[in-house]
Amino acid sequence: MSSPVSPIIRVRGLKKVFHAGEVPVHALRGIDLDVARGEFLAIVGPSGSGKSTLFHILGGLAPPTEGEVWIDGLDLRALSENQRTEMRQKKIGFVFQKYNLLPTLSARSNIEIARELAGRTGEPPGFEAILKFLGIANRLDHRPNALSGGEQQRVAIARALVNQPAILLADEPTGNLDTDNSNAVLALLRDLNRQQKQTILMITHNPEAAAFADRTVAMRDGHMHAQRL
Amino acid sequence: MINKLVLENLKQHWVRTLLSALVIGVQVMSILTLIGLSRGLLQQSAQRAKGTGADIFLRPGTRNQFSLSTGQMNQKFVPFVAKQPHVEQAVGVLSVFVEITTTMSGVNVPEFSRMNGGLHYLAGGPPTAPDDILSDQYWARQHHWHVGQTVTVLNHKWHLAGIVPGGMLARLLVPLKTLQHLTGNQTPPRISEILVKLDNPALTNQEVARFNQLFRGELQAISIEDFVSQFSIDNIPQLRVFIWVVTGLAIVVGFLVVFLSMYTAVVERTREIGILKALGAKPMKILDILVREALVLAILGTILGIGFSFAAKAVILGTAPATLPVIIVPDWWPIAAAIAIGGALLGAISPGLKAARQDVIEALAYE
Repeated sequence: MSSPVSPIIRVRGLKKVFHAGEVPVHALRGIDLDVARGEFLAIVGPSGSGKSTLFHILGGLAPPTEGEVWIDGLDLRALSENQRTEMRQKKIGFVFQKYNLLPTLSARSNIEIARELAGRTGEPPGFEAILKFLGIANRLDHRPNALSGGEQQRVAIARALVNQPAILLADEPTGNLDTDNSNAVLALLRDLNRQQKQTILMITHNPEAAAFADRTVAMRDGHMHAQRL
Repeated sequence: MINKLVLENLKQHWVRTLLSALVIGVQVMSILTLIGLSRGLLQQSAQRAKGTGADIFLRPGTRNQFSLSTGQMNQKFVPFVAKQPHVEQAVGVLSVFVEITTTMSGVNVPEFSRMNGGLHYLAGGPPTAPDDILSDQYWARQHHWHVGQTVTVLNHKWHLAGIVPGGMLARLLVPLKTLQHLTGNQTPPRISEILVKLDNPALTNQEVARFNQLFRGELQAISIEDFVSQFSIDNIPQLRVFIWVVTGLAIVVGFLVVFLSMYTAVVERTREIGILKALGAKPMKILDILVREALVLAILGTILGIGFSFAAKAVILGTAPATLPVIIVPDWWPIAAAIAIGGALLGAISPGLKAARQDVIEALAYE
């Protein structure tokens, strides 16, 4: 079980092997990682370093091949696919590089559907303040194609937060944004972390983006080989 | 919100939605029109039987009630039947097909007119010559016939003497002897059936039993009431099979249309399915969304199909009111809807399962 002082993410000896035909591909070669509750952690690394694989495993989108992964007290090895889905509903908020909003729904509906899929109704307490904080309160009735990239990513952040997740996982959240919007989104994530004590784990290849985090770990060839505070 | 997503998805791809619903609608229309036509034909046949004014039909014993091949009974039975107790009048009729659903009846027109209470003429009057013919209003309208003109039926030229309302024995009435001569039933004179009117209709069942005993299977008596009650789709195995075939085709087409539509939708929306799964949608929820879309298509198709069936009726009755007397069959609307929904659900299952099983990471990476 987790306690306020125990890490919200705890990874030990994590390995992930894919099979490209008959050839095994070792994406993760034994990762150890602790993320404290309320921490803003950036994971940096070049393409093929394994950071996206780590993101998918931590988000319950893919099972590990070997090793321990604990998310807010849940042992991922013991979870069935259905249970991992339920964990995603309630404990994880995703922010993707390509925003991944449903194009046929308004921004408001995109947020509401995440709440509905988690079996919840109505807005969580204080969510209006978060919408104002994200600067999208007056853009909620627009569809994604009527929003700028920065606005879409803010809607995606709102969607990720609507179920009050234990962890916000962001995969290259500024990868599709220009510099101004990138800085604005990163500042929002940092402020969310500081003001709401939201745990954030961000994957990026951009050191400038990583600089917004409290701590950065670097990955290369499936290893986590350096950490910077 | 899931319903909103379903509707918005269908709206977003409105051309595909409309085409799918149209094809399902055409299938629903086919079923409703086929049933409506079958019922209409049977209903009009029943009305024509009732319109004779007879209480009992006497027909050759071995004959199927719906087979109207000509001359299976010697005309000498008519005077014999006329002399039986409680028989007020007996009229011999020879019926021949002029089209697949249309018969011409040879009958002594003045006698028949007496039996049915007096033929009413919408135009013209009773036949006075051997080659005179009477047509009902629907046949005359369909063929643009007018009183006084010469018409050709069964390769014979007739003079159209009068037009009568529908529901009087047959679409076309001609003198019995002329028709017997034309169809080779003159020596000895043969007929198809005998119409019997009783002096007391309350005795019908009793007299039917007595006739059946008297003729010992050579002739079969049936009350008009029982005869009319047999005009049902359930009593015509061939028609039932045909309806099953059309219904089966409707299910197959509905299945294929929805399958194709949903399959395309699943491929097009691979990324969206990935998003939903990442947000926590379980496989059953994804299947549920696809099934709801298929349901909406089926319901839209059913509504369109019902509308089309009215249009089909108007077109058919405008061109062939006598040959194809189609009617609207509201009691079949729910059945047609169930068929459309059944086909659509079958069509949604495979693409739905494909979507439900989609790997979330691959789906999110889909461009």
